[in-house]
Order: sequence, then structure tokens, then C-alpha cells
Amino acid sequence: MATAAIEHHDAPHHHTSTGLDNTKIAVWAFIGSECLFFMSLISTYLIYKGRSLVGPLPHEPWTDPATGQTFKAILNIPVTSASTFVLLMSSLFMVLAHSAVVRSDRKYSKIWLAMTALAGTTFLGFQAFEFTEFVHAGLTLDRNLFGSTFFTLTGFHGAHVTVGVIWLITLLFIDIKRGLGPRDAVNVDICALYWHFVDVVWIAIFTLVYLIQ
Amino acid sequence: MATTVAAPPYATAYETKRGGLWDWLTTVDHKKIGQLYLYTAIFWFFVGGLEAGLIRWQLRQPNAGFISADLYNQLFTMHGTTMIFLAIMPLSAAFFNYLIPLQIGARDVAFPRLNAFSYWVFLAGGLFMNFSWLVGAAPDGGWFGYVPLTTRAYLPGPNIDYWLLGLQILGISSLAAAFNFATTIINMRAPGMHFMRMPIFTWASFITQFLLILAFPIITVALTFLQFDRFFGTNFYTADAGADPLLWQHLFWLFGHPEVYILILPAFGLVSEVLPTFSRKPLFGYPVMVYSIILIAFLGFGVWAHHMFAVGMGPIADSVFGVTTMLIAIPTGVKIFNWLGTLWGGSLRFTTAMLFAVGLVGLFTIGGISGIMHSSPPADLQQTDSYFIVSHFHYVLFGGSMMGIFAGVYYYFPKITGRLMSESLGKWHFWLTFVGMNLTFFPMHYAGLTGMARRTFTYDANQGWDVENMTATIGYFVLAVAMTIFLVNLLRSRSKGQRVGNDPWGAPTIEWTLPSPVPEYNFETLPTVTSRYPLWDRQHSGHAEVPGAPETESHTEHEDIVDVAEEHRGLPGEPPLPTAAELGIHLPSPTIKPLLAALALTLPFIGLMMNKNLILMIGGGAAFVLVMYSWLLTPIEPEHHPPAPVGGGDKPMADSPFWTAR
Repeated sequence: MATAAIEHHDAPHHHTSTGLDNTKIAVWAFIGSECLFFMSLISTYLIYKGRSLVGPLPHEPWTDPATGQTFKAILNIPVTSASTFVLLMSSLFMVLAHSAVVRSDRKYSKIWLAMTALAGTTFLGFQAFEFTEFVHAGLTLDRNLFGSTFFTLTGFHGAHVTVGVIWLITLLFIDIKRGLGPRDAVNVDICALYWHFVDVVWIAIFTLVYLIQ
Repeated sequence: MATTVAAPPYATAYETKRGGLWDWLTTVDHKKIGQLYLYTAIFWFFVGGLEAGLIRWQLRQPNAGFISADLYNQLFTMHGTTMIFLAIMPLSAAFFNYLIPLQIGARDVAFPRLNAFSYWVFLAGGLFMNFSWLVGAAPDGGWFGYVPLTTRAYLPGPNIDYWLLGLQILGISSLAAAFNFATTIINMRAPGMHFMRMPIFTWASFITQFLLILAFPIITVALTFLQFDRFFGTNFYTADAGADPLLWQHLFWLFGHPEVYILILPAFGLVSEVLPTFSRKPLFGYPVMVYSIILIAFLGFGVWAHHMFAVGMGPIADSVFGVTTMLIAIPTGVKIFNWLGTLWGGSLRFTTAMLFAVGLVGLFTIGGISGIMHSSPPADLQQTDSYFIVSHFHYVLFGGSMMGIFAGVYYYFPKITGRLMSESLGKWHFWLTFVGMNLTFFPMHYAGLTGMARRTFTYDANQGWDVENMTATIGYFVLAVAMTIFLVNLLRSRSKGQRVGNDPWGAPTIEWTLPSPVPEYNFETLPTVTSRYPLWDRQHSGHAEVPGAPETESHTEHEDIVDVAEEHRGLPGEPPLPTAAELGIHLPSPTIKPLLAALALTLPFIGLMMNKNLILMIGGGAAFVLVMYSWLLTPIEPEHHPPAPVGGGDKPMADSPFWTAR
């Protein structure tokens, strides 16, 4: 029995009550908590939608009655669609990276981890561009309710993507240094869980904030 | 899978000397962390009690000028915040820590270092918030911090900043602990410990973790909005910018009502352990108790707006929330009757723990009934923000949570220390608490119903509240004496208490098979559990003498104690318990990193208080990342060259790859 257990070293967690690794359950619990976190942020955005007293506004132009200055509708849906596509692709890369780690494919595990991190970074680049554009167009955190809720919601999402990218780069670094094998699968798995979750949150944000007018 | 593998013959190089300061700072042992929580929370409990004393002295007579209105605001805000977040929650956490691994048959929690981190963050949060007293700017917006009062426009000082940032820090602690305990209970149960065999305290704790996991992110968001409004000029709560200040109330109470159950469910769990033991009967209706806990937690998320009847939500919302509130009384009532059913026909032993447990059943019921009174919106409109409410929540929190916690302290103290707390001092403690508590809080019902508003620092004479307030103040001093007796008893019994063996009370659950105090590895071999009350089953099947039978009681002066110290290993002249190294059990290495991580995490908050000091904010953040890398890249156990025994019975900790996060 002991020998068998040692030989099956790639599955060292069979002694837990559920057979799952502790970290995996903890990450699921964490994701449950994060759901409530983002639900609260998204609900606030929706509750305050259309209640801003001044522009710029997300979907329609706004003219300042005092100065006559006109602000254009601020959301750039084509550009954000592109960044959304990149982020969705990153989930595919993440699946491929996990699969490569499980079958000890050192070459492709590195390639797909790097691609996932790169896609995440690209998304963050889009977001930095978007935020800069918005500030130039007159939308700041303290400008109106739209600015407060929009920047807080998407900013927290961006912070989550940033954590995910750091996590991915750390995995990539370990892969380069000593190689990730099947016994590390659970550690790639929990990163993947987190990454997919952050992706799903973005789908909700993209739909509710950008697409629904 | 459960085969125990022979211990590899290597010495563990990480045996540290025990009991020193460094030992406490670096410990990852759930039992030590539990004690750190216990003593820290008791300290804050006394701080909160002192704040209550100043409030009561100010209110002892009409138009008293003992303290200013401003200081009074700070006192009631900090009294509430301290008692909820720094006393009752961490007292529950002390029991989560100490008991859950012992009750489910595990060597430690799932993430021992994260557990230490939770404690240090809790300590940092408490110190952060109370530091405000030293600069004379304690929080003064009430414990639920309603906007717009708490926005910068109305309270420009740093007071509220200490409060909201302190709560953010404490939230991190609670969430980290909740992930840890939820995982522990799901995944670390001993063989045979099915969910429906778990001790009821573990069940109550389990559900409480889900409440924490789901409720705390909501207040995190509410507080983040307030933080951004106060520090970065956002408009979340600014009515002038079109915002609706009711957003805060909804978010706060969406957290706040589950929080009520976070405060009471662990105490319910504790008395559900104490009552069967001292009735010598299994808990009446165990499955129904479990379903009731789940139902209470579930309904707890659907009643938040009953805190907001006075804001005028309209008849439909008022009716819905009134009805859901009344519904929640059903599972709660079921629990009360199940406790009575447990007592019914039992052979009752009124130890101090039992007295406190029965005290909870009685006093919580009073608070529960006044709670149902204000589930009706028209009644609530008369009662809200009056002393009637103050009386209600003190009956459920003091008469409920604290009574349950005291029961737990007296019950588990021998397991923690190997010694009994004094029963005679304990009975003084109970009866003075019982009398003092009713003297203090019962008259508030009358003061409240005749119109005395909460949170006003004084009142005029001849409004019919003089006697009530004087009685309450007298009651406070009775309570103060009771709590002093408790503190003396607690500290003195650590070294002077009567030594006991494994199971001084004749209790049924597996933590009582362990030596008292419990060795650092908990179980020599992990138990296989076959029923809900394995110790009683063992006695009834004739494998052991029945503890508590009259003949075994006769040799002790404590008639309620069935297991005194004679057979206890580790006494002078007795063979000491084997060490973890001798047994070949791998324990997680002590580490200072959770403490360092907690410190680093606090720095950005301190930086924000110091006029947004960028060096502290960025430096603290960077330090936190560095410590986390160092932590996660260090294995939980020292590296060892012989292959790790991975047999299920020997070693619950995962065989860590070198960078596995724990």
C-alpha cells in the first residue's frame, strides 16, 4: 500500500475526505466570496445607471447646459470587443497550458502559459488605453456616478486580472526553472480556476455595462 | 488507503522550545492560535466593557455631565464595533481554531500558516482601530456607520477612517479564516466522520463559515465605496451627485443580518455540545438541528431590510421582509425546543458550563421574542432606534452569544489547559452575570417603549426613565464584578486548577479521547469514527467503565467531574507523552512569515491614514508581495529526504511540492 502510494506520487491528495486537494476547495470558496464581491459592484453600477447628473455618459452624448460643451458617448464598444476577445482566448490558452502540464509537455506548457499571460497583459493594455481615453474625454473617478461606478467596477476587475497575470508569470518562471509536471497539475488547476472566473466576470461586465444600453 | 506507514527513522530538526515569545509569534499550531484568539478577544471584551461602563455612568441619572456628547458618540460606536468584531467574532474564532480539527479528527487546519495570518491580521485590525483612542479621534458614526453622516462632508475628521479601514483589515482576517475552516471541515475529516456524524459545534461553525464567505465581500464593497468617497472624491453616497444614501443601508444590512447569525450560531453550537453532556442524553433531534442551522443561515440573507423599516420602503417590501423575519423564528424556535427536549428526562448536572448553556436557552429566548415583536413593521416603527432595540440585541448577543461562549470556555478549559476552572468561582460568575445582565438590560425594554432614544448622551428628568437607567447602571456594576471574577478564575486556573484526565465531563465526542492538554500533533493515530457519540457507544458496549456512574464520582470532591487526573499522562512521575518526532508525525514548521505578511498588509492602510503616504502604501504593498512569495515558496514542512509516508492514517498534511501554497 505504501509503495503504491509513493508510486502514485502525482496524486498525493487521496487522503482528504473528498479526494480533492485542499487548495482547490479553498479556491472554490474564495470564488464564491468573489461572486458576492462582484455582484455587489455590478448591482451598484446598475442601480446608479442613468442617475448621473452630469456627463460624460456611457451610451449617449451629453451637452453641458452651462457651457454648451458636448461630451460624446464614451464607451468604445468595438475596441472593448477586441479586448474581450483577447481575454476569452486567454481562457482557451489556459486550458491548453493545463493540459500540457498534465501530460508533462514542457515545451507547450511554457508556450501556453506565456500566451495566457500575454493575453492577460494585452487585455490590461487595452484597459489602460481605455481609462486614459476616458480621462481625456472628461470622465474621472469623481466626475459623476457613472465615473465612480465604472472605474471602481472595471478597476477591481483589472486588479484581479493583474493578480492572475502575476500568478501565471510565476508558474511560467517555475516551469522554466525546474519544469512543471503532473504533480503540479493541481497548482496550475487552481490558477486556471481563478483565471476562468475572472474571465466569466468580464463576460458579465461586458454584457451589462457595454452591450446593454 | 488508511494503512499507517511506519515512521521513517529520522529526527525532526524543528523541535522548538515551547512557550517562549518567539514560539507564540511563529506558531502555526491551531491550538495555540486558538488560545491567542481567546486571550486577545477577552482583552477586547474588557475594553468594550469599559466603554459600556462609561456610557452607563453617564446615563445613571438625568442630565449628567460626566462625558461630552462627542466622547459619548465615540464610546457607543467603539463599544458596538469592539464587542462585535473584536470580542464575539474572535471568541468564536478561538473555538473554531481550537475545536474544529479536534472534533473532526485532524492534525491541524487545512492551511496552518494562513490560520496564523488570520490571527495576526485580526490583531493588527484591532490595534489599528483602537489606535484612534490615542490620537483622540475614535470612530463616532455608530457601529453601522450610516451615510451621509459618515461621509467626509459631515464627519471630516479621521475618526471614521480608522473605523472603515480597521473593518477592512478585520474583513481580510475573517475571510482568510473562513476559507480555511470551510476547507478544513469539507476535506480534513477523519475516516468515518460523515457530515451527519459531525459534532454539532462543527456543523454550526461550518455554516458560519459560509455566512462569512458570502456576507463579508458585501461589506467590503460598501466600505470600499465609503473609503473611495472619503479619500478619492467618488460619489457613491453623495446625494448631490444623484446617489442614493440608502445604498449603504442595503449593502450594510445585507452583510449585517447574516453577521447576526455569524455571532450567534457558534454559541448555539457550543451549548449544543454542553447540554447533551450534562443531561447525559444525545442531542434531541440532531438532524433537525442541522437543518435548522442551514435554514437560519439561508433565511438570514433574506431579511436584511427589517433593519430599515423606518426609511419607508413601501408596503410591499415592508410586508415581505416582515414575513421572512417571522419565518426565521421557526428554525430558531425548533432549536430552542430541541434543547429543551435534550434536557427533558436527562440526568442533569449543573456545572458552570451547564448553567451558562441553560442561561442561553432562557435569555436568548427573551431576545428572540422581542425580535419577533419588531418583525412587524408597525411595531418596529415604535421601537426602532429606541432602548427597546438596545435591550433586544443585548439579550441575543450577551444573553445569547456571550452566555454560549462562557459555557464553551468552562467546558473546554480543561481540554485546553489540563485543568478545571474553579466551579465555585464559576457559579459566582454565572449567577452575578445572570442577575446583572437582567438588571442592566430588562429595564431598557420599558425605557425604550416609553420613548427613550438610543445614542443620545443624556436625557431630561421626569420622563419616567430615571429608575430604569439607574437600575441598568447598577446592573452594569454587578456585571463588572462578575466579569472580574471570570478573569481571575480564568487566569488563576491556568496554573492552580484541578488537574483532569482526558474526559472530565463524561462527554461523548472524539476531542475528549485526547490527553488534556492536547499534544501538538492532536491524534497519535487518526481515529476512525463510527457514530455521533463514539465515547458513549464505547461505554455502552462495555469496553470501558461508564464515567459518571456513582462509584467513579465518589473519589473526587467535584461531584460533577468524572475523570480526575490520576491516569493523566504527563503528570510528575508519569511517563510523558511521546513527541511528534518520536511518533514520526510531520508537523508544519513554525514561521514568522504570517506575522510579517500581516504587518506588511497593514502598512498601506496606515499610509492611507497618514495623508495618503505613498511610500508606506507602495512600500507596504511591495513588502506584502515579497513576504507572500517567500511564504508560498517555502514548504509547509521541512524538506526531508526519506520518502514521505503518504498513508492516510499517518499524515493529513499534503506531501508538499516545494512551492505548494499553504
